[in-house]
Amino acid sequence: MKQSLLRYLPLLLLAIAWEIVARFELVSTSALPPLTEVISAGVAMVKDGELISNGASSLYRAGAGLALAILIGGTVGIAMAWWKPVNVLVAPIVEIFYPLPKSALIPVTVIWLGFGDGSKILLIFLGCMLPVTIGAFNGARSSEQVLVWSARSMGASRLRMLWDVVVPSAMPELLNGVRTALALSFILLVSSELIVAQKGFGYLIGFTGANGNYDAMYAVVLTVAFLGFAADRIYLQITRRALAWRD
Amino acid sequence: MARLNPATAAGEPQNGVPEKVARVAYTLLWGFARIFSILALAVTWEVLARSGTFTPFQLPALSAVLDRILSDAIDGDLWINTALTLYRALVAFAICAVGGVLIGMAMSRNVFAHWFFDPIVSVGFPMPKIAFLPVVILWLGVYDVSKITIIVIDAIFPVIAATVIAIQGVERELIWSARNMGATNRELLYQIILPAASPQIMTGLQVALPLSLIVAVVAEMLMGGYGLGGAMMTASRFANSTSVFAGILEIAVVGYVLVKAMSLIRRRLLIWHQEAHAPSTA
Repeated sequence: MKQSLLRYLPLLLLAIAWEIVARFELVSTSALPPLTEVISAGVAMVKDGELISNGASSLYRAGAGLALAILIGGTVGIAMAWWKPVNVLVAPIVEIFYPLPKSALIPVTVIWLGFGDGSKILLIFLGCMLPVTIGAFNGARSSEQVLVWSARSMGASRLRMLWDVVVPSAMPELLNGVRTALALSFILLVSSELIVAQKGFGYLIGFTGANGNYDAMYAVVLTVAFLGFAADRIYLQITRRALAWRD
Repeated sequence: MARLNPATAAGEPQNGVPEKVARVAYTLLWGFARIFSILALAVTWEVLARSGTFTPFQLPALSAVLDRILSDAIDGDLWINTALTLYRALVAFAICAVGGVLIGMAMSRNVFAHWFFDPIVSVGFPMPKIAFLPVVILWLGVYDVSKITIIVIDAIFPVIAATVIAIQGVERELIWSARNMGATNRELLYQIILPAASPQIMTGLQVALPLSLIVAVVAEMLMGGYGLGGAMMTASRFANSTSVFAGILEIAVVGYVLVKAMSLIRRRLLIWHQEAHAPSTA
């Protein structure tokens, strides 16, 4: 407890510096409202349900897009490593689309699916799929040849080998790709909601900012930032537990 | 198991086929396979768009999009927008590269710097920092300074983290032997630690570069004005979907060229490192 307090002391100092700078109006209060007022604005937004309802729709979009990306991206990656023809057909497409800054797809997903949930889910799916695919591909490709041979000599069928040997050995790198995808999903969610949306965290940030309600804007920004951080930490704990079978 | 590599596959001629012919055939076939699916994608796009399954608003024909890019290139808009986006992304990337490596170095050499930056990096790295974009606009306005600032905020963390991990991972034996031979601290840093850490630092830079481009496009979309992202947003407000698709292709080309250039630079810079002789996976 004491150790972690000492460790995170710099963050606490920054928060205190923020409060002091804002209280003594060293910068204009609209540019930097005091932290205490930001927090009370946040509490008020939680109480009247604004933050919760917008947050729920944001998390739904991120969750649905990410789930599709993991499912389809992981399958494609393992298929690429397992069947050569799939690799020959899909690899060039992956290679072309991987460096595409995915935020460029925001206007197109809006053209296709409108301003609602669909366009955000599609964007997050498209943006998060390739890191998972590449992780799964690299992981499955590097599955130990000895394990594959021994499984085969013990009479495992091809499908059985895929499921019992290749998929588990693809897991560590696949899960690593999912971590990248998780961070990306938050980035894409917030940016697409900032640009076009009728609800969600990004919309709320833009809406409160446009009304000059900067306490509330800061509160939402900090909430999103904290959620992204917490999601990453929770994910790390889960993967550490899931991969406990590796020495 | 289809895991023969091309050299051995072509190197074992069967039925007396001369090795050279087999190799040429293999290269041709492989080259064709590599572009086949991209060609197929382009043809499908064109056919779908022309067949009337989608309205031209939903999916303009590839030929129309290419035509639009050509006319943008002729009247100069394409070059202005590309240059502005590249300028913002690359200036920010340069700041991230220099600043990130310096902070990372300071963190691994100085106890105070480590104490101060470590919690900031470990909390800040996984945060979606793009959410701070409206705050940055509030502070710095909507011009280049605020765009570059938000890119730096987003892209500097991978560089810092990679530098710290890379320096931690330098082999103790290398440092000990250098010290034994009388290296000063400065020599140790420039001749041993930085070169030994450079592969992982490069990896951090290779994460930061595409990230800079992603954030540059988002910032331009939100703030408007010139630039590839801004041009796409203007086009989308006027329901000009041909220009929107043209924008995607242009941004895709810019991204592809930057990422390829970066991996070429990596190979050049690290030519002395053993990874340059290992078979590349990318």
